[in-house]
Parts: sequence; C-alpha cells; structure tokens
Amino acid sequence: MTNSTPKPQPVSQPESDRYWDGLKNEEIWLQRSKATGKFQFYPRNFSISDPGTGEEGIEWVQASGNAELFTFAIVHAAPHMGFVGEVPYITALVQLEEDVIVPTNIVGVEPEPENFQIGMALKPVFEHNDDGHTLLKFAPA
Amino acid sequence: MPNIQRLQNISGQAHIVGVGESNKLGKVPEKSPLAHHSEAAINALDDAGLELSDVDALFTAGWSTLDVAEYLGIQPRYTDSTSVGGSSFVIHVAHALAAIAAGYCEVALITHGQSGRSDRAPIPRNPGAPMAQYEAPYGIIGPPISYAMAARRYMHQYGEDRTRQAMAEIAVSTRKWANLNPMAYFYDKPTTFDDYHNSKWVAWPFHLLDCCLVTDAGGAIIITTPERAKDAKNGSVKILGAGEGHDHSGISQMPDLTRAFGRNTGPQALEMAGVSLSDLDLAMVYDSFTYTVLVSLENLGFCAPGEGPDFVAEQRTAPGGDFPLNTNGGGLSYTHPGMYGIFTVIEAARQLRGQAGERQLEKCDLAVAHGTGGLLSSTGTVVLGAD
Repeated sequence: MTNSTPKPQPVSQPESDRYWDGLKNEEIWLQRSKATGKFQFYPRNFSISDPGTGEEGIEWVQASGNAELFTFAIVHAAPHMGFVGEVPYITALVQLEEDVIVPTNIVGVEPEPENFQIGMALKPVFEHNDDGHTLLKFAPA
Repeated sequence: MPNIQRLQNISGQAHIVGVGESNKLGKVPEKSPLAHHSEAAINALDDAGLELSDVDALFTAGWSTLDVAEYLGIQPRYTDSTSVGGSSFVIHVAHALAAIAAGYCEVALITHGQSGRSDRAPIPRNPGAPMAQYEAPYGIIGPPISYAMAARRYMHQYGEDRTRQAMAEIAVSTRKWANLNPMAYFYDKPTTFDDYHNSKWVAWPFHLLDCCLVTDAGGAIIITTPERAKDAKNGSVKILGAGEGHDHSGISQMPDLTRAFGRNTGPQALEMAGVSLSDLDLAMVYDSFTYTVLVSLENLGFCAPGEGPDFVAEQRTAPGGDFPLNTNGGGLSYTHPGMYGIFTVIEAARQLRGQAGERQLEKCDLAVAHGTGGLLSSTGTVVLGAD
C-alpha cells in the first residue's frame, strides 16, 4: 500500500440513499418520527422513538444546517493509509439544531486545541469528491 | 432485566482452574494468531492439570470457534463466538459459568490469540455497516480517535487540567506495575510524568502514553465445575458474579460519552456476588486508554461521575498504594494485542491464587475484572473470589 490508497467511501444502503443523495445537492435530509417529532441519525427503516409504526412512522425533513461542536480530536497518527496525507486533521461530533449528533470533520481552522471551544457555532461545508460522493463537513459559523 | 435471585443461585457454580498466555508476547512475527491461541490454550490446560481432550466447550472472539476448534483439533459440545470487542473474553467467563451451571458442559476453554503487531491478514470490516458508512469516510477509524473524542467531552464537563493529570497518574502507575511483571512489554522500562507529557500526540487529547500497546499475544482460561475444581493442579478461583451488555457500536451513537455500560454491569456483578466495592482487594480494569480506566472506575461505582481524577490522584493505584489496579501492567504497559480483556481475568486469577510473583498483593481474596470493548461500546464485568 502507498500514500495513494483511497480513503474509505460511504457505501450507501437503501435506507440511507436519501441522506447521501441530499448531500450531493447541498441539502441535509434527516428522518423524523411523525408520532414523537424526534429526529434520528443515522437513517433506519423505522423510528427508534416509535418502533411500532415501521416505515410509515417516518418522514424526511430538511435540516437547517445550524450546529454546535459537541467534541473533537486532533488526529496526528493516521488511522488508515488513505489519511496519511491529511494529518493533522480534526474529527468531531457535531450536534445539529435538530438534536442529533453527526460524526464529521471540522475544516477551515488551524488544528490547534485552543482554536476549538465545545459549543462553538458551526455551519455545513459540502465536500464533493471526484468519485461522486459528498461528505458533510463543518466550519466555524 | 436480569433476575438477580436466579443469578445468585449460580454464583460460584463454576471455577477458573487454569490460566495461561502464549509463550512469547510482544513482537512475535514468527507466530500466527491461531498459534497464539493454541499455545495459550495448552499452557492454561497444563496449569489446570488437564488436556485438550478434556475440553468440551469453546469460547472465543475475533475468530469463529469453528476455526479455532478445527485448528486445536477439538469437537466442542458447547460453542460461543460472542465477539463484542475486547470485553468479549470477560463475557465468555460469565457464559461459561451459565453453561456449566446448566449442565451443557464441564470443561470450558476460553481462548484468545491476536497478532495486532505482526498480522499478515487483518480481519476485514463490513463496509456497509453504519460505522463504516457514517464515520470511516471522515477518518474516524480505530479506537484512539473515538476514545479521544470521548475524553475531550469528559474534559469539557469535568475540567481539562484535572483530567489530564488523572490520565498521567494512570499511565505512570500502570507502568510501575509492569516493572514488576517479567512478561510485560515495558518490564525493563520505567516511565515518569515528564515522559508522559513529552510523548507525541496520537490523537489530541491523547499522548502516545495514553494509548495501549499494540502487540502479538494469546491468552486462555479453563473453567470447570466446583467438583472437578477440587483436582485443580494449581488451585481454583470461584466465579461469583457477572454482568454484560452494550449501548452502541460507533462512537457517534454513544448515549453519553462520559458514562459507559459498566454503570450497569458493575453493580449487577457485585449484587450477584453478594459483595460490595469495599470488599474488593483488586481491580483489573481494561485500559485500552488511560481515559478508559478513569471512566470505568466511575461506572463501576468506586467514585461518582467526574470524581475519577480525585480517586486516582497521587499514585494511589501504583504498587504500594491503597487501591491496587491493573497489577500486570495493563494494556498500557504489559500487552495489548487488540482485544485484551482475557488478560484482566488471567491476572485476577493469578493474584487470587497467590501466584503473581513480585507483584503479588499481600491480601487478595476478592477481585473484579472489567472489560470494555469496541469504542466504549460493550462491557463485561466479573467478580472472582479465592477458593
């Protein structure tokens, strides 16, 4: 293996096609339970807050994109050959306004601990890859 | 929910009668993972005064029991490949207790072998699974990054400086125990607080010395009935209590990054055993990272959430301290092939049988072994007692 090893790409599943397709259009689509009003991430074929209603109990809703930093790490040792050229990079868990946590990267900030405050406001950055995937990353709002 | 009354009926109805490691731990490129399985199994059987032909139940993780039994040349009548990360082998101890108490088998072999350092063929992951789909594309891959993000959240809630100090305390105290264990990777290498703070960043807030080793190793445990345990060559250890479970797989789905499932499995294991935390002489707590220990001690109930840094202060968990912790030197300084959990039980059994050499505790009648697996995902807790 060399430094040109590709990064792992998302292998979309039937229940998540809408999420990944939405990102290509720079839209964040989330599932919400019709009964409880709770959002869930990641997409499933039922609502975990109202399991009895199956697919009928879910609706897709476009998220605002408003988010806060929940936690982060600054990666110095690449965990995969595809990320060797990326270090140091920021991994993060981000809390969307819709009260779900999404795993992501923070971009547009120097990777020093003092540049990140838990709770800082973030906005989405849609990263379109050459292979047709779009990743949802975040930058300071 | 677990039926504690029924669990109490099987408390002590199986004993650990043999434990063993593979012959060489650390950097062992000349051995395959299955060779580590077989060496450890044979060493543990020898410790028990038993042979492979006595084994009628097989438990393993990482590999299927199909592969391991075939390699060993055995035909088990009870089989359990429960594989929920490094805690699996602690969970296997509980499963062996249940299987023996129910009458499914009499001689259980739990075996582990992994070449985390030298493997020529690492096990591939399912790319369609949620963790691979939602986390891996962002470079959230492998344990250090996930545990580091959990630790950073803990720092936010409970204070960065005191969390950092606690992580350093755990790294240094664990190394002191390793310096008493000839099988430990860092047996000959002491470490200092300065070494800790100067070690390179792996995934901030984790220094290298916050992270476990990556080694090649095997371990095995033999469990049998109380009746057959009377013939054990080197003594036996009672399995008194157990708890297991998990609450997520990928770190982004963890309900609370500062509270792992030990909050349930610890109290259950103690209640089943009919003992309290203050009765315990030894805590073997899976230390994939310094943070894992901090959060596990809180989850088990030794201290309240956020009080872990005070609990481990001033080298209290080091040799000579009043809270012996990870006396083999842990995953941080003894060995950690990837799924370390079995070694927490092996060391607890050695301490309870009085066979821990220079690091033997003066009094060790009751111990807890606590495994954490995956990305703080699963835990298994067992309470073990000297026979």
